[in-house]
This record gives sequence, structure tokens and C-alpha cells, in this order.
Amino acid sequence: MDAAKEARRGSDKTREKAAPPPSASNVPAFSRDEDLHAYREMLLIRRFEEKAGQLYGMGLIGGFCHLYIGQEAVVIGVQMASKDGDQVITGYRDHGHMLACGMEPKGVMAELTGRKGGYSRGKGGSMHMFSREKNFYGGHGIVGAQVSLGTGIGFANKYRGDGAVSLTYMGDGAANQGQVYESFNMAQLWKLPVVYVIENNRYAMGTSVSRASAQTDFSKRGVSFGIPGEQVDGMDVRAVREAATRAIAHARDGEGPYILEMQTYRYRGHSMSDPAKYRTKDEVARMREESDPIEQVRKRLLGAHKVAEDEIKAVDAKVREIVNESADFATSDPEPDPSELWTDILL
Amino acid sequence: MATDILMPALSPTMEQGKLAKWLKKEGDPVKAGDILAEIETDKATMEVEAVDEGVLAKILIADGTDNVAVNTPIAVLADEGEDPASVEAGGTKPNGKGREEGQKAPAPDMHAEGQAERPAPAAKTGDDKPVETPASPAVITNRGQDPAMAEIPEGTEMVTQTVREALRDAMAEEMRRDDKVFVMGEEVAEYQGAYKITQGLLQEFGAKRVVDTPITEHGFAGVGVGAAFTGLRPIVEFMTFNFAMQAIDQIINSAAKTLYMSGGQLGCPIVFRGPNGAAARVGAQHSHDYAAWYSNVPGLKVVMPYTASDAKGLLKSAIRDPNPVVFLENEILYGQSFPVPKLDDFTVPIGKAKVHREGKDVTIVSFGIGMTYALKAAHELAEAGIEAEVIDLRTIRPMDSETVVASVKKTGRCITVEEGFPQSGIGAEIAARLMVDAFDYLDAPVLRITGKDVPMPYAANLEKLALPNVAEVIEAAKAVCYR
Repeated sequence: MDAAKEARRGSDKTREKAAPPPSASNVPAFSRDEDLHAYREMLLIRRFEEKAGQLYGMGLIGGFCHLYIGQEAVVIGVQMASKDGDQVITGYRDHGHMLACGMEPKGVMAELTGRKGGYSRGKGGSMHMFSREKNFYGGHGIVGAQVSLGTGIGFANKYRGDGAVSLTYMGDGAANQGQVYESFNMAQLWKLPVVYVIENNRYAMGTSVSRASAQTDFSKRGVSFGIPGEQVDGMDVRAVREAATRAIAHARDGEGPYILEMQTYRYRGHSMSDPAKYRTKDEVARMREESDPIEQVRKRLLGAHKVAEDEIKAVDAKVREIVNESADFATSDPEPDPSELWTDILL
Repeated sequence: MATDILMPALSPTMEQGKLAKWLKKEGDPVKAGDILAEIETDKATMEVEAVDEGVLAKILIADGTDNVAVNTPIAVLADEGEDPASVEAGGTKPNGKGREEGQKAPAPDMHAEGQAERPAPAAKTGDDKPVETPASPAVITNRGQDPAMAEIPEGTEMVTQTVREALRDAMAEEMRRDDKVFVMGEEVAEYQGAYKITQGLLQEFGAKRVVDTPITEHGFAGVGVGAAFTGLRPIVEFMTFNFAMQAIDQIINSAAKTLYMSGGQLGCPIVFRGPNGAAARVGAQHSHDYAAWYSNVPGLKVVMPYTASDAKGLLKSAIRDPNPVVFLENEILYGQSFPVPKLDDFTVPIGKAKVHREGKDVTIVSFGIGMTYALKAAHELAEAGIEAEVIDLRTIRPMDSETVVASVKKTGRCITVEEGFPQSGIGAEIAARLMVDAFDYLDAPVLRITGKDVPMPYAANLEKLALPNVAEVIEAAKAVCYR
């Protein structure tokens, strides 16, 4: 472990207090365009999720709905480091990943409302969406299952020799599943091009990391397999992109898998039905105030990058328009035809 | 006191083997642990280790002798000081270690193959020409009279193959045909397969396509499914389907459901295969028949062949199928021989049952190793004047009700035979379907012969009781015929 890497790790003490992750002052700055891109993409996820929350409250979205608000910098930073052809797979908190992969907000929202125009024609729902075209492999409802599947995608990349990297996301809860370690073992044994992104948002549903994990430093979860890992300030999109660039290069160069622990935070409950009594309102408020991933970029845009407030407002307006359009589509599109019940069972 | 050295059983299901080579000669002193000889089974070459000390007085079975039955005396060990020349075979006590002189290691596969209690393959029952093993390649000339051969073109040359060889050939042929096909599982490559189903594949296709996995069923099943999502065609071998319980989440939640949940975008062309059901004396955790479990799941196809020919043709179809296929084999059937058509590309369609034996009095529906009971019973019933029609389902899901219903419309009676448990079993499914689709044709209730509703016991007598038997099938057939 070199000194720089050690510095990125932060101390156990910091995490125990549930304070914001240490700010990475040595992270390379983004250009104006990069920050604008990150701002727009993260804001799209934020506004999309807020709208989904609203529609859920109105009874237009059913079942489970897990919002990504607060974690936007993770998926956007990793996407900024990835190349076309790299695949993404994640668990059930997946709306942000889909938008980051370039999937249409209309199709995602219409799937949330269970309509014909949804990505899965209304048969998957919030947790089960896919886009072969955008290399998004789901959207999986069984905690940890996507880790073996993502490892298999990496296996296929190596088998084909196409140079693609499988970006396999999981939460801090999934990181305690057995098949994760079976996958780590095989990925390192066979040097598969997989980057495991552990989104540590501090709570697996209502159980805090320290109550569920004997080793709370998730970057060390690959140590016994010899998989390198690092902790990353997952609220700073620049730190995320920086670390992901390193991890993806490692995987793409045939060096095998890499683990990134993204220290992040979800503002909302585990799902829409979670009152979040396991943490204080102050904790959430402090994270929003001090570490919000979007606000950090907005400040840079207005400050160092000298972007005019009007230009940012125009971005905000455009994002709202896209989200409103998706909601309009998702609430006016018809439900799937009853005949859809019997399709797509077998090819 | 001289001791007989007996032909060892090198796996729980081994009944005979070849005494390949003696490594000691008559008159040689023997210490415990010395390697005496090499024994070849159809799966492996194993070394026979001495347990006692003494002098190898007499070799009773020469190098290169085939088909030496387990427990046959193969040599005589004299005590030190005893005159080897005076030692006679037989009459000497076995060495007190039971049936084996000593085996170097447990059977490589740690599971059983073959056993004495189940009926011999139908090939030996006499009246079942379709499965009679020809001594040399045969040419089919009378397929019109032979329902089991109806799918095979007239004039096709047949070769005798074990189910094991047929499965191996099916994989090899499909791997030659499509480089997206690969095999993964425990011991499939360098070990040549725990049951030698993948024998020779590593040599032909290399380590990229014949992949040894760690013992990590849940993980490698998921890896296979993930690879299949991208369009590769994995064959995932489970050393037994009992171990696939570790992986059943990936089989059902990921492989079977994703096509539907993705609105048709993400298919999963994968085969999960391996031995399923009881072998011999391996206890409850290694004896479970999962046919009914997997048959319950939309999005899966479930295949369970009986003959080598069906095993080959169905496995080739399964590998080409764009859907996840659970391919349930049986360890006892692996070593059994059947005629297999010598064709460049022989496939059997998934979802089609086969009338294995025609009859007019009662329909017996079975599949997989259940067919051994069904065919033996049909043979004995014929002697009692009851002509049973035996249907081999071959595919459990999608189930070919049509063939069963057509037969029941003719016979008016149906019994089912399976080794799995009774509740919610395949027999229960068939009974329910017949109630709807052939109610007016039934002259008697459908009866089910199944494994007993108990975890599989270890003791030989209890295991025998837990499995179905031919007498039960005959009794049920007579009962529905009111005889």
C-alpha cells in the first residue's frame, strides 16, 4: 500500500462518527466541461428520483422503490471513467445506474409505473430493468446475486478477449453475502476484468455497517484473495472518477479485479416504506449540508469555473423538463396488454 | 494363515473392473501400503494397496483380465514364514477388511454408481428390443415395429454406447460446432470429470473452454448465468444436483426469470447438468431427485433422459436451446449401454415424450431411471397377460401431455413411476392433467409409484424400501386393471 493510497483510506474513527468522508484535497480538478457534465447527469438522477418518490406517494408506482438520492456521484464518477462497451450490473437501487448508462428516463419511469412503454414492458418493475443496447445488465432483486452475474460478464469479456470491463455494483449489505467471496475468488484466480464497486451508504436497510460487519473497511474485503482495494470519497465525483480510472485500467490490462469502496450516503429511507428511525434527522441533514455531491459541483461551477447562474438555471430547467416528460409519459402510457402475461417466458 | 485378496470396489456403485496390471509378482514380499496392482473401471485407473504384510503367494487373476467382479479373489497372500507354494486359493479367510483388500483412496467422485437392488437395465430383460444392446453395430431395418426407434431414420447404423459416452459426445460435438459453448464445473477439466462425463474435453478444447472451478456452486452458477446473459453458451456441470441447492437461487431467480423481467431482452442460453437422484448408499443429502422442483418453474426447461440415445440427442438440443435447461442425469445410468444412432448430427427435440413400448391395457408413465422399473414391470406384466404401454417423458418441462393423454385414451388406465417424493411430484402433475384432459376415458384412478416420503436412509435394506420397486409397479398396474 503506497502512502497516497493510505491517505485515501481515512480512519476508522471518522467513519464511526458517521461524519462525512474525508475530503480528498489531492484529487485532480475537473475541467469546466467535466463539472458541467457531472452536474447535469447527477441532477438528472436527483430530480428523477424525487419525481419517482412523488409518483410513489400518489400510488402511481407500486411495490418496492429504492431511491438513489445522495449517492449520485458514485455511478456518475464511475461512468465518466468507463468506456463504451463496458457493462454495468447492480442490485435493486438501480434507477441511477440506468440513467447513467444512457437509458431513456421515459422508459425507466414507465417501468416504475408498470406501463407498456417501460424497459421491461411493465413486467420487471423498479428492481428489474435491463438494456442490452446500453450494456446495462440489471437491476437484480436478490441481494448479492448480481455480484456473481457481474463476475460472469467479466468471464465472458475475457473469453471473447474484447477488452470490456464489467462494472459490478453492490451495497454494504450485499458485501456480506457468501457468493460475493466466491466471486472474488474466481475473479482473481482467473484474472477477470471486473471492478467491484461497493456503495457503502452506511445502512443495509436499517442495520448500520458497524452492527453488521466485522470488517467495516470494505476495501479490505478482497485482501485474502490478493485483490487490491481502496476507500473513496463517494460524495466527490472527482475522487470517484479518479479511483475508477485506476481500477478500470487495472482490470482492462488483465491484472484482474479491483475493489472500490465508495463511502456514500442515501438521504431517503431504504425503500419508500422505510421511516428511517435507525438514524437521526441531524445525521441526514449534516450530510446534505456538508457533503452533497451535487452541491459540491454547483459551488465549483459558480466559483472557480465562473459559470453564470443563468447557465446553471438553464441546466436545471432542462433536467426538470426531461423528468416531467418522463412522468407524463409514465402516467399516460397504457398498461401492458393482457396478452403480455404469456410472452417472454421462453425464447 | 493365507489370506485371499479380493477384487476391490473402487466406488460404491462399481460392480466389476479390469485387472489392468500386477505390480508385484508371485513370491514378492508385501508390506502394508505397497501397491499391488492397477484396476481400471470405466471411470478411472486406481491402485490397489496392500493392507496386510506377507508374501504374494499366488496370482489368481492375470494381468489384462476384463470384467472381474467385485469380491472375486484375485490373489493369495501368505503369512511370512508360510510356504507360498502350499497356499491354495479359496478356503482361506478373507483378510477381515470386508470386501476390499484395501483401496488407496475413496472413489474419486465420492458418490455412488450402480447398485444391485434396482432392476437391471431393460436391455437385459429380454423382451425390450428397443434397448437391447447389440453386440456389434446394428442397422435399423424394422423401425416401423419399434416405437422407441421411430425418430431414427430407416437404415441408420447403431453403435453401442454408455450414457456417459453419449453425454460426452454430445458436448464435444456441440463445442466443435459453436465456439461460444464452454463447460465449467468442479473437476471437469484436469480430473476429466468426477464421473468422467467430460473425459477428453480438456485435451480437445483447452482450458479456456473446459474450466475447472473451485468448490463454489453458488458462485460459478452465477458466473455461468452472467456469461450466458452476454450470449455465451455455458454448460454448467454440478457434481450432483444435490450441490446445486447452493446455486438454486441463480438457477431460478436469475436464469429462469430474467427473460420475462426484461421484457424479452435478456435470454439465458445455459445448460445446468449433472447427476440427479439416488445413487447407492450415499444417504439423504446425496440422493435427492429434483425433477419436480425444477419442473415447477416457468422459464426453465427440464430434461431427464433414460437411454444413451436420448441423453445424446437431448443434450445437444439443450445446448442449442436459447433458454436455460436443467438437464438431470442419473449416476446409475451413466455406465449402462444402449444403441445410439451413428449420425453426424443426431438431436432429439425437447418437449416430446416417447412411447417406449406399446401396449393396450395400461399406460405406465415414467422418465429417467424410473424407466428401469417401468420396463421390467411391463415385461413381467406381459407374462401375466397385461400389455402395458410404457411412455418415457424424457422432458419434464414443457411436459408432453398429448402423448400421455393419447395413450390413456387407448388404455383407460395410467400409473406413474418416479424415484422422487410423492407430494407435488411429477406423478401428481400427470394425475391432475389426466383428470382434466382424459377424465371420461379413465376406467380407474391414476396411481403413483414414487420414492417413499422419507429422507433417503443409508442402511441397504432401508434404502431398498425407500426406493420404488418393480413389485409395486406390477401391483399398481394390476390394481388399475382390476386384476
